[in-house]
Amino acid sequence: MTRRMWTYLLPVLMLCVLAWGVERFPPPQFESGHQVPQMATPLPRAAVWDWIDTGVLFAALCAASWLALKKRNRKWIAGLMIFSLLYFGFWRRGCVCPVGAIGNAALAAADSSYAIPAVVLAFFLLPLIFTLFFGRGFCGAVCPLGAVQDLFIIRPMRVLPALEAGLRLFAYLYLAAAAVMAATGTMFLICRYDPFVTLFRFDGNWNGWVLTASFLAISIFIARPYCRFLCPYGVILRNLSRLSKWRVTITPDECIHCRLCENVCPFGAISEPSKVLPLAETAENKRRLVVFIILAPILAAAGGWLGWTVYPMLAKQGGVAESAKSLGIKLAIVAGVFVGLAAAGKLIGSVIGRRQEDYEARRADCFACGRCFEYCPREQLKRKQ
Amino acid sequence: MDEKKNQYSRRDILRHGVWGACAAGVAGTGAILASKSRGQKYVWQIDPYKCTACGNCATFCVLQESAVKCVHAYAMCGYCDLCTGYYRPEPKELNTAAENQLCPRGAIKRTYVEDPYFEYTIDETKCNGCGKCVMGCTSFGNGSLFLQIRHDRCVGCNECAIAIACPENAIVRVPAEEPYLLKDRR
Repeated sequence: MTRRMWTYLLPVLMLCVLAWGVERFPPPQFESGHQVPQMATPLPRAAVWDWIDTGVLFAALCAASWLALKKRNRKWIAGLMIFSLLYFGFWRRGCVCPVGAIGNAALAAADSSYAIPAVVLAFFLLPLIFTLFFGRGFCGAVCPLGAVQDLFIIRPMRVLPALEAGLRLFAYLYLAAAAVMAATGTMFLICRYDPFVTLFRFDGNWNGWVLTASFLAISIFIARPYCRFLCPYGVILRNLSRLSKWRVTITPDECIHCRLCENVCPFGAISEPSKVLPLAETAENKRRLVVFIILAPILAAAGGWLGWTVYPMLAKQGGVAESAKSLGIKLAIVAGVFVGLAAAGKLIGSVIGRRQEDYEARRADCFACGRCFEYCPREQLKRKQ
Repeated sequence: MDEKKNQYSRRDILRHGVWGACAAGVAGTGAILASKSRGQKYVWQIDPYKCTACGNCATFCVLQESAVKCVHAYAMCGYCDLCTGYYRPEPKELNTAAENQLCPRGAIKRTYVEDPYFEYTIDETKCNGCGKCVMGCTSFGNGSLFLQIRHDRCVGCNECAIAIACPENAIVRVPAEEPYLLKDRR
């Protein structure tokens, strides 16, 4: 039997070296009438479900905006947050999300052969549009990555404003790196190192679990570390939020300067009324401002230089295609300039401030989580009436 | 009083101007991307004619148990007794001894059909997508065993982790209406 097989097999094998892919052993004609089975091809999730997801996102964004600006109730916002965590996080397993969609948008902008799926585009744009009108309601109540960290806020500590601003540069750097890497087709950095997707899928390798556990452990003491110091989508949202048409107000009518809201905000996003600075300090600030403005182009140039020098190393690591390298280096310089300007912006922001008379949430930092409403005595009084 | 009023309006104008510019920016980005977008849904799939069965599929999937499984195009299969996808093709003597079995998971079931033919079926609950059988079948057999992403398991990551690790760029986006790239009798 074996020998018979081999005498047949050997010449065929030799032939196959010449003509690869040829049918070496012709499929048999069965005398017993054996039916050749069909391969099973289980279908992916129907496309209509993607549109349902988009609908849910739109509804959640509407609800988040209404709850933060009109209803003013922390419990409802927390409820919506948990719903979003369950739906976008555990049910949809974290994909597609607006944060990761940055990668798709960057790739679509740079590579004409890549067609961004309409649903991903909708996920990318909807929160941006809502933020322009209503502030960062997305972060507070819709984003599953934010929600899972929010649940772990147990003993939030205050982070020094200067340190906070410095650490936030990581987010700008992350956004710049992610955009460059996605645009050159290297990888979707944000999706690959998403710290919570392992938890959402409840499946994955050790690295993923360690990343999740460390971020959640940090969340206990530093509220929402990913949102504040790393989230690249947060960078876009915080800057759009500065201009939003409407915004979260802590008190329903007047501020009585009780400071309760400032104490309860775990993100340190509420600033006290601005003091009238003594003349000497004002002069000092003005001098600093001039220095920082002069420094801005220098920082931008330094950033560009850094991008220019670091990119070839990263490209080597990531295995960038030769054709994408010239585009990559240009993008890396632009990204470096962007990070440099962001750093200069932070320095300038540290010496200029808008005059405010009451306790107010800084628009860029406020996640519209609604914790301050519950502690505002004026709000309590209004509810009793 | 008048001066103060003017100051406010100037600030408002600036504010509205910047807001308008941002809104235009978001709308413009949206419009440009939308012009490049297609409403069609895409999913990941392995092109079996590019795949070299390197084994990355078993380890790089974000799922602990890879969504890539071996599938069998029965119509292409030679139903060999000495299947090089089922038995190790290397030994000096290729025979049907049990220690010669190739699959590390015992995921291939061999059933007798009629002399001298045997049918090989894949138990997907055991298969880890390592591609050892695919390598054997493609090198010495008809190539009827090949790897495919199974869409009942795939979570549809935005960026497929195996696609990045694939040395042949064999993992591509395909329209969701035709989510498999099957081999046929060429």
